Amino acid sequence: MDEAILQRVVKVFAEFKKVPAENITVDTTFEELGLDSLDGLNLVFELEEEFGLMIPDDKVKEMKSVREVTEGIEYLLAHPEEQANNVKPPAA
Amino acid sequence: MRRVVITGVGVVSAIGLNAAEFWSALSAGRSGIAPITRVDVSNMRFQKAAEVKGFKPEEIFDEKFLFWLDPFAQYGIAAAREAVADSGIEFTAELKDNSGVITGSCLGGKPTEDEQYRKLYAEGKERQPPGAIPKVMANAVASHVSMEFGLTGATFTTSTACSSANHALGQAFWLIRQGTLDVAIAGGSEAPICNGHLRAWETMRVVSPDTCRPFSKDRSGMILGEGGAMFVMETLESAQARGAKIYAEIAGFGMSADAHHLTMPLAEGAAKAMRGALKDAGLAPEQVGYVNAHGTATQANDSMETAAIKLTFGEHVKDLAVSSTKSMHGHTLGAAGAIESAATVLALHNSLLPPTANFNEVDPECDIDVIPNKARPVEVEAAISNSFAFGGLNAVLAFKRWRG
Repeated sequence: MDEAILQRVVKVFAEFKKVPAENITVDTTFEELGLDSLDGLNLVFELEEEFGLMIPDDKVKEMKSVREVTEGIEYLLAHPEEQANNVKPPAA
Repeated sequence: MRRVVITGVGVVSAIGLNAAEFWSALSAGRSGIAPITRVDVSNMRFQKAAEVKGFKPEEIFDEKFLFWLDPFAQYGIAAAREAVADSGIEFTAELKDNSGVITGSCLGGKPTEDEQYRKLYAEGKERQPPGAIPKVMANAVASHVSMEFGLTGATFTTSTACSSANHALGQAFWLIRQGTLDVAIAGGSEAPICNGHLRAWETMRVVSPDTCRPFSKDRSGMILGEGGAMFVMETLESAQARGAKIYAEIAGFGMSADAHHLTMPLAEGAAKAMRGALKDAGLAPEQVGYVNAHGTATQANDSMETAAIKLTFGEHVKDLAVSSTKSMHGHTLGAAGAIESAATVLALHNSLLPPTANFNEVDPECDIDVIPNKARPVEVEAAISNSFAFGGLNAVLAFKRWRG
């Protein structure tokens, strides 16, 4: 796990929940923070703004903790073709 | 108690610029969903909407009037003119005194606002034109239509997100039934296709990158649409006295709040509004043959709505046909209740139930008869039209077939 990315993710979580960064660890989950689906959507938006990317819906569903978010973002930064704004929608 | 009937229908939509074209597309199961043309969406997560096509405002409104009209007002006024012409009603001085206009809109003049703010923030302009104020107000359609026909009775606009038009139609119906109004021009219109608004929907993650497939197992979200629909409503007595064509009786209205969550709907709240509409109409569940569903094609709505329909209709659900016409005209937000009431009223009038288009595969969580892909000739006695809004506000209308 990339430490610099982790620190930025922790910072976004802490600012979103208005708590000190020390309260957020790599194992902190959305559930522990009392985030429901709509809160989660807003937190994901803040993460996308921080990293300048769009996270696809299926990746969002896999992100339930600081660890999963950090690993997911690290992956998307390394694979820009899989970011949501670079994925061509299916033709229909 | 006074009975209320619909004697005029007007529609502007992605599948037709008048009620006849609209009904022809619904009957054929033809969808108006296509790539978005008015906004550059090339870097967006979704690319399609049900845009109104071929609408030429400069041919409908004179230049001076058009200056004051956002697209949502153009759609609403054009639909109101069609409904009034269709009804053949003549507004005498006495009738004008007892007639009003009640409209629904969630967004008001959003495209105008979007463009003016773009100039402010992107071009560094420091002034806004004064016309933006009356152009953007959500009651613009109600006000313009009241002025055009000289109607001076109860006139207002409801704004309850995706239930706006059903709340407006329900209020118009009740005001006539209780004797406050004799005639209402009522409905809703919406124009959500503008950059700022589309981009907010994008991060909401409920708009499909594919298309609108209500109740289908492979559904992947809603598709936005635009347009408007308006009706002329009056008492049965006045319609019969002037020998008017009657499309259907508007018989009941029910509303409720989930009191639960901003975006996650609750089946009990939706069911409560459906029960309310049936009770208000004096209808037993068994008398209802068709439900025009809210049917947005989001994962959350369609399974919730299926559960709510089962809660409301019980055993009768096996004999109940349900379709979401959003698969064809898109989700028109504050206009949805009006456009879908038009679909429902025309279905009763023509004894043909419009289908759920783009349907691929049965979802066990939506195990109801959704009239997949092909319209069905059935004469039903009564129908309801559902609208459920973000914020948990539900509004349901009940209509009865008119045996003329």
